Amino acid sequence: MRHIISILMENEPGALSRVVGLFSQRNFNIETLNVAPTEDETLSRLTVTTNGDDRIIEQITKHLNKLIDVVKLVDLTEGAHIERELMLVKVKALGSARDEVKRTVDIFRAQIVDVTPSVYTVQITGDAQKLDAFLQAMGPVGVLEVARTGVAGIARGEKLLSIQT
Amino acid sequence: MELLSGADMIARFLKDEGVEYIYGYPGGAALHIYDALFRQEEVKHILVRHEQAATHMADGYARASGRPGVVLVTSGPGATNAVTGIATAYMDSIPMVVICGQVASHLIGEDAFQETDIVGVTRPIVKHSFSIRHPSEIPEVMRKAFYLAATGRPGPVVIDIPKDMTAPTERYEYVYPKKAKIRSYNPVTRGHTGQIRKAVDMLLKAQRPVLFAGGGVITGRASEALTDLARRLDIPVITSLMGIGAYPQNDRQSLGWPGMHGSYESNMAMHESDLVVGIGVRFDDRVTNNVSKFCPGARIVHIDVDPSSISKTVRADVPIVGAADSVLNEMLGMLSEREQENREALDEWWRRIDGWRGERQGKLYEPAAPGEPLKPQQVIEAVHRATNGDAYVVTDVGQHQMFAAQYYKFNRPNHWISSSGLGTMGYGFPAAMGIKLSYPEEQVVLFTGEGSFQMMMQELSTCKQFGIAVKIINLNNASLGMVRQWQDLNYKSRHAHSYVESMPDFEKLLAAYGFRAITVSNEEDLPAALDATFRSKDELVFLDVHVDPYEHVYPMQVPQGAMRDMLLSKTERT
Repeated sequence: MRHIISILMENEPGALSRVVGLFSQRNFNIETLNVAPTEDETLSRLTVTTNGDDRIIEQITKHLNKLIDVVKLVDLTEGAHIERELMLVKVKALGSARDEVKRTVDIFRAQIVDVTPSVYTVQITGDAQKLDAFLQAMGPVGVLEVARTGVAGIARGEKLLSIQT
Repeated sequence: MELLSGADMIARFLKDEGVEYIYGYPGGAALHIYDALFRQEEVKHILVRHEQAATHMADGYARASGRPGVVLVTSGPGATNAVTGIATAYMDSIPMVVICGQVASHLIGEDAFQETDIVGVTRPIVKHSFSIRHPSEIPEVMRKAFYLAATGRPGPVVIDIPKDMTAPTERYEYVYPKKAKIRSYNPVTRGHTGQIRKAVDMLLKAQRPVLFAGGGVITGRASEALTDLARRLDIPVITSLMGIGAYPQNDRQSLGWPGMHGSYESNMAMHESDLVVGIGVRFDDRVTNNVSKFCPGARIVHIDVDPSSISKTVRADVPIVGAADSVLNEMLGMLSEREQENREALDEWWRRIDGWRGERQGKLYEPAAPGEPLKPQQVIEAVHRATNGDAYVVTDVGQHQMFAAQYYKFNRPNHWISSSGLGTMGYGFPAAMGIKLSYPEEQVVLFTGEGSFQMMMQELSTCKQFGIAVKIINLNNASLGMVRQWQDLNYKSRHAHSYVESMPDFEKLLAAYGFRAITVSNEEDLPAALDATFRSKDELVFLDVHVDPYEHVYPMQVPQGAMRDMLLSKTERT
């Protein structure tokens, strides 16, 4: 099963490599990875999506927790949560396809953020499935380049991933 | 408040921390630190002949004393030579602090002379590592390193120090930090009382229980609590290879150690048990054999200070995260309120166990007949007698290691010293040296083989320089015995590179360093040779015992079988 694990870790050199290294050392899999500083400058938030049965996910969270640089973590998929990913896509926009692309962009509530006579650059946010669906819809037109951020996620409601709680 | 250079802070911190010995080797990036060590007397530096030996010395000292061993090496090759010793300590959860010199900050990343990203290289084999970015951080980082190395589940910690951080011209305030604060690191001590109660309940009712104690009982100083618990409940005790000595082996309730070459009775009992209480063990693959056939009728209680050890290989029915000592003492406290309900079942259980013991009594090996080469097993038994079972026993890796674990009997913790998890050949000699330095009044015996010994024999020079009087028992079978055994069993005796074709003359080799070697090849000469070896505690003696090269280690679990599936000799199996 797919899991989204969000990690608060020390904003220190080397912390990221310890987390990523753990996955390769222990033969765990990383599907997407997203990391950036938080409102607390001493902390970074890292979100990883991974696959595994309960036993593997338990091992992943235990081993992550054991890393000295990891302050706190949560498996967002254990509860209600919001996941978002941002994607920038360059697609061919020539002739009749130009209108077709525009229509599909509107259907997906995406935005065209850059234009040339032959290329649209589209920005789209949503969960991973929506982004996949958009790419599939664009398939026949011609996707030229894709840049995805990887999943960022947060729990619904009042539940916080924070060192204050 | 004192102003000290980074290098002086390191030396001062080690003194304030009460470190008596550090083991190391100098080089460019570490020279400021070496100069600081030269200008003080409290911390004694032992110059090894290869950095790997420094880490093994620190490791041996740590296993015997329970305190972190400290290593100092230079950048690049100095640090990479230490890697095997760091990995050895990591696999066996041994506290160690390794200080590595590094090229100056402005050169990092430029492929400078003797530059290696040692933090990167060692990342998978350390508990944690630090890079110093300002000299003023040094006392706090050292404090954290010692704290991390020795607490929770212990392990090695690397500190990478660029040369400019230790420059004599830069001075900063030094205060010895008494406490480390790491917000993300709060090792548990007490276990969950509800879970402990559940475990006690199971122990009082089980029909065929075993206690399975590992290295965590020794590092957690919980031998006494384990012994109390076992005796109060009359339950058999099996220790893992790392746990040897956690429970007295001369006691009726001790079944020895289990696994690939473990005792017949421990493998049988564990397989047939209905309750395994693992304490500070990790259910290693050399113990469980095929996990899917592991203890089919048993429920598992697993007590460990490291939550990631629990349910890693064997699913625990009752997981208890906590320090062995605290959890066992809490269990003992609960016993006084409870009735034991399994007395009769235990009597029957002991009858079966005694049956297994009886089956193998006197059948473990055939001592050499007159004129035949000595059996390695009988040499170990003879050394056990010659040292009254009282020595620190250190081993290298291979057949001799298993024979030593089988035939030397340990009645207290911290005296069996062996690279169990990583299985590092070359470990033994330096580890024995590390122990002898700190326990000069004790006999420190190294069981080794000519294969392992030749991996670290340059350390004879270190022994000469510092007067380190270990006793080396070389079980010389002129071949890599364990490799050969596997080739006999699995490769139709095709001995690919398991034969050592050019053996040195060990008497001459030892003489070159000013030491005595005694060669023995038959039983009649053994007592006198052992007497000469152990007569004094102040002389390094190398006893080169020529033993039967065809001997195999038995029992030996059958690959992919259950614990009880064992070869018992070259012709018998269960």
